[in-house]
Amino acid sequence: MLYAIRSLPFLWQGLLLTLKFSALVVVLSLIAGIILGVGIVYGPRWLYWPIRIYSDFLRGIPLLVLIFFIYYGLPLFGLNFSNFGSVVLALSAFETAHIIEVVRGAIQSIPPGQNEAAKVIGLQFGQRLLYVIAPQAVRRFLPPWINAVVDTVKGSALVSLVGIVDLTLAIQQVIGRTYIPMPLYVLGAVMYFVINYCLSSASRALEARFAYIRE
Amino acid sequence: MSVSSSSLVVRVRGLRKSFGANRVLDGVDLDVHKGEVVVVIGPSGSGKTTLLRCINLLETYDEGSIQVDGVEVGFRDGPGGTRQHRGDRELSRIRADIGMVFQLFNLFPHLTARENVMLGLRKVRGLPAAEAKRTAEQWLARVGLGDKFDSLPSQLSGGQQQRVGIARAVAMGPKVLLLDEITSALDPELVGEVLTVVQELAKDGMTMIVVTHEMTFARDVSTGIVFMDGGRIQVEGTPREVLSMTNHERLKAFLARIELKHH
Amino acid sequence: MTYHLNYDFIWRHFDRLGWGLVLSLELALISILIGMAIGLSLALAYTGGGRFIRSLVAGYVEFIRNVPLLLLVYLVFYGVPSVGGFAYDATASFVITLAVYAGATMVEVFRAGLADVPGGLIDAGKAIGLTGWQRLICVRLPTMFRIVLPSLSNAYVSLFKDTSLASVIAVPELTYGAQWINTNSFRVIEVWSVTAPMYLVTGYGLLFLLQRLERRFAVH
Repeated sequence: MLYAIRSLPFLWQGLLLTLKFSALVVVLSLIAGIILGVGIVYGPRWLYWPIRIYSDFLRGIPLLVLIFFIYYGLPLFGLNFSNFGSVVLALSAFETAHIIEVVRGAIQSIPPGQNEAAKVIGLQFGQRLLYVIAPQAVRRFLPPWINAVVDTVKGSALVSLVGIVDLTLAIQQVIGRTYIPMPLYVLGAVMYFVINYCLSSASRALEARFAYIRE
Repeated sequence: MSVSSSSLVVRVRGLRKSFGANRVLDGVDLDVHKGEVVVVIGPSGSGKTTLLRCINLLETYDEGSIQVDGVEVGFRDGPGGTRQHRGDRELSRIRADIGMVFQLFNLFPHLTARENVMLGLRKVRGLPAAEAKRTAEQWLARVGLGDKFDSLPSQLSGGQQQRVGIARAVAMGPKVLLLDEITSALDPELVGEVLTVVQELAKDGMTMIVVTHEMTFARDVSTGIVFMDGGRIQVEGTPREVLSMTNHERLKAFLARIELKHH
Repeated sequence: MTYHLNYDFIWRHFDRLGWGLVLSLELALISILIGMAIGLSLALAYTGGGRFIRSLVAGYVEFIRNVPLLLLVYLVFYGVPSVGGFAYDATASFVITLAVYAGATMVEVFRAGLADVPGGLIDAGKAIGLTGWQRLICVRLPTMFRIVLPSLSNAYVSLFKDTSLASVIAVPELTYGAQWINTNSFRVIEVWSVTAPMYLVTGYGLLFLLQRLERRFAVH
C-alpha cells in the first residue's frame, strides 16, 4: 500500500504523457480535419473522392488495427519513426477522419436558405463564407468536436499496448509491483473520468448555448 | 398590364428552364415598370417561384432573356455573339440591386435584427459602421420593430422575423423587390402585420413582383395580376379583370380552390 | 530493403482470421443484446423515476462513457476477480465489459427515443382508455424501437469494431488472430492488408443490410 502511494508521482508522469499526447493529436487532427473537411465541401470534384475514401476507410477499421499496422508497418516502408511518432501518426490519422465528418456535418447542416439569403443581398462567395456560413458552422462544429477530443483521450489509452508509458501503462506497471489491481484501476478510471467529464460538460454547455442557431 | 410611361425595370422574354426532364418554365414574357406591383398567382408547380428565382439568378435559366434595368442578369456578351454565364462576382453586383424576401425568412440566426439589416449595407454597399447602423435602425423602425434592434431571430415571432427580412431587403435600395410567398409560413393572425408593411412600401413606389396566395392583397394592392400554369403565363391583366374573369377554365378552378381554402 | 509480398502464411492460417471474425460478430451481438436490456430498463427507470434514480443512472452512463474501454477491460478481467475471489475466462469477462459499455450507450439511445415518441400518439392511447402500462407496451415502446433503429445499427457496427480490444486479453477474435499471424510471420503488410478490409467490408456490409431493414420499419 505504501508503495502504491509512493508511486503516485510515477502515475502523475503517465497522466502528463496522456495529456501531452492527446493535446498533440487534437491539434494535428483539428488542422488536418478542417482543411480536408472544407476541401470536401467546397473543393473541386477530383478532391472529393480521395478525401471521402480516406475518411470512410479510417472510420471503418478499429483504432487498434490502425495502430498495429502503422507501428509494425512503417519501418517496412523505410520510415523509421519513434514509437511515440508512430502512435501520434496513427491516432492523428484516425481522428482526422472523424473530424472531417464533423466539419462536413457542421457546414452541410446549415439550411441552404442561408446561402441564398446571403447571395440576394449581394455578398460574394468569400464574404458569404466569412460572414454567414462560417459563424454558423463553428457553432455547430464545437459540441461534436469536443466529443471527438474525448474520444482521442480515450483512444490514447491504446498506446500502452506498444510500450508507451501513458497513464494506463503506468497503472499496470504499478500494479505489477504492488499486486493491488482493483484500487489502482479504479483510480485510473477516475482520473480519465475527471478529464473527460469536464470536456463533455463543456460540450453540453456549448450545445445548450448555441441551440438558438438550429431552429 | 397597366401602361405607364416610366421606365421598364424588369423585362422577361421567352424564358425557358428545365430541371432535368421537367420543363418548369416554358416561354415566359413579362414586363414590369417602375412603381408597379405585379402579383403572380397559380397552382404549385406552375413555375411562379422558379420565375422569381431566375430573376436574381438563384436559379440559372436555359433559354430566353431576363433584363433588370437594361442589364441581362444571367449572361454577359461573349465572343462572336455568344453569351457566357456570369461569374459569382458579377452576379453579386447585380443581386445587390434586386431585393428578395423568402417564405422561410432565412434570417441570419447568429446576428441581431439590426446586424441582419446592416450586413449588406456594410459589406456590399460599403457604408461606414455608424451610417449603416442608422439606416438599419430607420428601416427596422419603419417596419414596426423599433424596440427589437438587439433581438436575435430566435427571440422574434414569425411575423416579426419576416418584417426584419423585408427591412433587410429594402434597406439595400433595390430597383425591384421580389416577394416569394412571404406569408405562407406564418400563422394567420401574423399575416396582416406583414402585408400592411408591404402595402406601405407599394404606396411609396417600390417596384415589386409578388408570388402569393393572398387574394385580398392581390385585389387591393397590386397594379396587375399574372396567372401562371404549366410554366407559362396563361392570363394577365388588371386585378379586376383577372379576378372576375369567367371564361378561363383553369383560372376559375384555381380561384375557386383558393377561395375554399381561405374561407 | 526489398520486401516481397507473400501471402502464403496468411492463407495457411486464415482460419484464425475467419473464425476470429465470426467470434467478433458474436461478441458484439451478445453485448448489444445484453446492453439493450440494461439500457432499456435504465432508460425507463430514468424517464419514470425521481431525482435519486436519475442521478444514479446518469452517474453510470457518464462514468462508462468517459473511461477508455481498454481500462474497463482490464478492470473487469484483472481487477474484479481479485476482490471478488472468483475467476472467469477472458471471453466471459470481455462480454460483461462490452455489455456494460454498450448499456451506457443504449440508455441514452432509448431515453432519447422514448422522448421522441410523438405526444399525439400517447394522447390517442389515453383517449381510447389504455392504462399507463398498456400505453407503454402497445404505443410507446413499439414506436420507440422504430425511431431508434438507425442508432441501433450504428451502435452495433461500432461495438463490432470495439471487439478488437478483446485481443489484449487473448480472446481469439479477428484482431488477436491478426496479431498472432503478425508475430509469427512478420508479414506485416500482408496480414493487415487482409484484416483491415475484413473489418471494412463486414462493417459497411452490416450497415447496408441494417439500413435496408430500417427502410421497412423505421419511422422518422
